[in-house]
Amino acid sequence: MSEPNLRVEERPQAASRNRETEVERVEEGAQRPSRNPDSAQAGFETTAARSPQPAKGLDALDTLESESIHIIREVVAEFERPVLLFSGGKDSVVVLHLAAKAFWPARVPFPVLHIDTGHNFPEVIHFRDRTVERLGLRLEVAAVQDYLDDGRLRERADGTRNPLQTLPLLDAIAAGRHDAVFGGARRDEDKARAKERILSLRDEFGQWDPRNQRPELWDLYNGRHTVGQHVRAFPISNWTELDVWRYIEREGIELPPLYYAHEREVYRRDGMWRAVSEVSPPRADEAVERRTVRYRTVGDMSCTGAVESDAASVGDVVREVATSTLTERGATRADDRISEAAMEDRKKDGYF
Amino acid sequence: MTSTDRTLFRFATAGSVDDGKSTLVGRLLHDSKAILADQLESVARTSAERGFGGEPGAIDFALLTDGLRAEREQGITIDVAYRYFATGRRSFILADCPGHVQYTRNMVTGATTADAVVVLVDARNGVLEQTRRHLAVVQLLRVPHVIVAVNKIDLLGYSQAAFSSVADEVTTLAGELGLPDAHVIPVSALAGDNVVERSANTPWYDGPSLLELLETLPSLDELETELEALRMPVQLVIRPQGAVAHDVDDPEPFRDYRAFAGRIASGTVRVGDRVQVFPGGATTTVTGIDAGPRELEAASAPQSVSLRLADQLDAARGAVVVAAGALPIPRRELDAALFWLGDRPLRPGARVLVKSGTTTVQALVPEIVGRRDLDSLALEPADGLEINDIGQVRVRLAADLPVEEYAAHRRAGAFLVIDPQSGATLAAGIVTAPVNDLKVATAGSAGIIRTTTDTEGAAA
Repeated sequence: MSEPNLRVEERPQAASRNRETEVERVEEGAQRPSRNPDSAQAGFETTAARSPQPAKGLDALDTLESESIHIIREVVAEFERPVLLFSGGKDSVVVLHLAAKAFWPARVPFPVLHIDTGHNFPEVIHFRDRTVERLGLRLEVAAVQDYLDDGRLRERADGTRNPLQTLPLLDAIAAGRHDAVFGGARRDEDKARAKERILSLRDEFGQWDPRNQRPELWDLYNGRHTVGQHVRAFPISNWTELDVWRYIEREGIELPPLYYAHEREVYRRDGMWRAVSEVSPPRADEAVERRTVRYRTVGDMSCTGAVESDAASVGDVVREVATSTLTERGATRADDRISEAAMEDRKKDGYF
Repeated sequence: MTSTDRTLFRFATAGSVDDGKSTLVGRLLHDSKAILADQLESVARTSAERGFGGEPGAIDFALLTDGLRAEREQGITIDVAYRYFATGRRSFILADCPGHVQYTRNMVTGATTADAVVVLVDARNGVLEQTRRHLAVVQLLRVPHVIVAVNKIDLLGYSQAAFSSVADEVTTLAGELGLPDAHVIPVSALAGDNVVERSANTPWYDGPSLLELLETLPSLDELETELEALRMPVQLVIRPQGAVAHDVDDPEPFRDYRAFAGRIASGTVRVGDRVQVFPGGATTTVTGIDAGPRELEAASAPQSVSLRLADQLDAARGAVVVAAGALPIPRRELDAALFWLGDRPLRPGARVLVKSGTTTVQALVPEIVGRRDLDSLALEPADGLEINDIGQVRVRLAADLPVEEYAAHRRAGAFLVIDPQSGATLAAGIVTAPVNDLKVATAGSAGIIRTTTDTEGAAA
C-alpha cells in the first residue's frame, strides 16, 4: 500500500507566502473501503446528510474540536511524514475521527502506528484492524514480541510490557522516517502530562526534557526540528476524560466493546479488577469471580484494571464519568502506581 | 440541547513567591469538585509525610500542581501547568504560571492564550515589584480581563480598610498601565472566602466571588467575533483528487473539490459573502463552508472550516482569506515589541525566522529601539535584549506579511521569533505602532498609556 501522501509543494522563495500545500494521495489505497453496515455507527456522516446548518454559539466541545483540527492541519502542513499512534483506545480513536473531519472529503493523509505488546485485548486488535480497513489507512505495527524473541528486550520480572514499548516505538519512528508522531495523550491524565506541550520536541532517543521545553504562545506552533529530532503532537491535550466521552456520544463514534459494561472473569489485585487471561493469570490465592465490569482505559491486559459498572451505553458512561470520584489512571492503571513520578520517568525515556 | 452547552473559558494565574497561589488554585479545584478522591488521598498522604504545617490533616495544595519530580523535591514550580475543571456554565482551562523561576517566560506563555489573568497579591504586602511586572505583561499582551485577588485577608481580620488600601494601589497602577477594567476581590484561599462562594466574613464587599466572575466574563471570541471583519489564514488546500474519504459514497461530485482549510481568526463568514484573498487581493464569493462532512451556512472565530470559493485562485498555505474591503496592507518592515525568551541575548543585526499565522519568513532585526524598564515601564536605550527582557525593535522581513497591529487584532499581530539554526522559540512578538525615538515611546505609542505625571517622574 502507498505511503501517506500529503504533498507539501514548495515553490522557490517568492517566499513562504506562496507555499502550496495540498492534501492529495498519490496512489489509490489498496483497500478501497466499501460502506458496510458498521460505518453508520462509526459517526462519519454521509453525503446524503449534507444540507446547510445555521450558525450557533460555540460550546466547549465545538471550541475544543476546532482547536484540535487546527493542530492536526498545522502538523500535516509543516511536516513531511506524520504518523498517528493508534492503539484502538478511545483517545486515539477520537484523534483519528478529528483527522477524518480535518481533511474531509479527502482521506486521512497519514498512516497509523501500533506498538503491539502482545498483551492486547483481542477485541481491541479486532477493532483496530476493522477501523484501519474501513478508513483505507495504512497500518504499521511494531511488535514487542519480536524484540523479546531475538533478545533485544528482556521480559520484566513483574511481567508488564508497557515499559518495553519505548524501544520498538523509537525504532518504528526511525524506520518510517516519521518527523511528527500524533498521540492521544491528554494533560488531565497525569501531573507530568499537565506540563507537556501540544507540540513536544524529542531528540533521537525520544527523550522529553521537561525543563527545556519551548514556550507555547498563542496558537502559533513551532515545529522546527533538525535531523534526528522529531515532534510528538497531542491534538487533544486540552480535553478531559468527560470531554472525550461527550464527544464520542455527540459524534456517535464507535469504540471497542470493552469500554461498555459486560460480564467477565476477573480477580482482585492491587485494588483493581484484572481480567483472567493467558498473560494475566490469577495467583493461587486470588479468587476468580464473574462480574459486570467495563474498562475506563485500554492498555495491556497485564496492567489495566476494569471497574465495576453497569454503564452499557455511551450515555450511561457519560453519566458515570461525570460523577466518578476517581481519576481514570488512578482507577485502572497499575503502571502508574509504581511511583509518584512513574509517568514522568517513562516520558523522559521516550514513552508517549 | 444537552449539558455540553457550556462554553470554554481560558485563564491564567500568576503571583509572587509565597502569596498563596497554589493554595488558591487548589481551593478553586477542590471547591468546584475537580479534584478526585485518589488525587486528594495522594496529596493528603504526601502532606502528612512531609509534615505540612498548620492543623493536623491540613493539605499542601501545591502538591496538586507540581507535576515534576524536581518541583516536588525542590518545593518550587518550574513550568506552566494546565488544569481543567467545569461548572454548570463553563469548562475552564487554567494555566498555572509559577512565580519562582523565569516568571516572565511563564507569564507570557499563560497570557497569550488567556481570556483572563488572575494576579494574586498578599493583602499584607500590597502591590510588589513582581505585581507591577505581571500586570505590565498582561497589559502589553492585551489580555481581555484582569482579576486581582487580594489574598490572606483572613490574616488581617477581614479588615475593609486593609483591603481598600490595597485595592486603591491596584487601581492606581491599573490606571498608570492603561488596564481598562481590573476586578479586585478580597479572598482567603486557605479559608475559602470569596473563592467559590461569597463570604459572610466580608459583608462590606458586595461584588462577585472569583468563580462567579470567571463564569460570567465574556471570552475573547465572545467579545470580538461580532466586531471584527473575517480573517482566516489558510493552513492548506484540500483537493481529494479521486482519493476520497471512506464515507463519500459517490466520488463524482468531489472530483474537482478544492477548499481552503483554516481556523477563523476573527469575524464571521457566510455562504455568499464577498471575500478577498491575500496575497494579490483577488475578490471572489464564498460558495460553501464545510466542517467535515457537515455543510454550514455560516461560521465564526475560532471555528476550523474549509471554504469553497467561486473562482479558482492560485492561493496556498500562507494565504489569508478576509472580508472584501478588509485586505491587510502587506508589510516588509515591522515595529514590534519582543518578549525575549532565548538563553542567548538578542543583538542588533540578528538573523531570525518570524512565524505569523501560517507563514514563516526570514527576518533581520536591524535595530533595538530600547528595553522596557519593567518598574517604570519606560523604554530605555539598550544594545541587546536578555532573557525575560521586553524590548522594542524594528524587524525587516524577506517577504510581505499580512499583519495588523496587535492592539487592533490579537491573532493578526502576534508572531514567534525562531532561531534558524536550533529551531528554538526565541521570543513572543507583537506588532506595534511605529516607535521613532525613546521620548515618544515613553509617552505611550507602543501600547503603554501613561496617565500620571508621577510615574513620568519616577521613570526619569
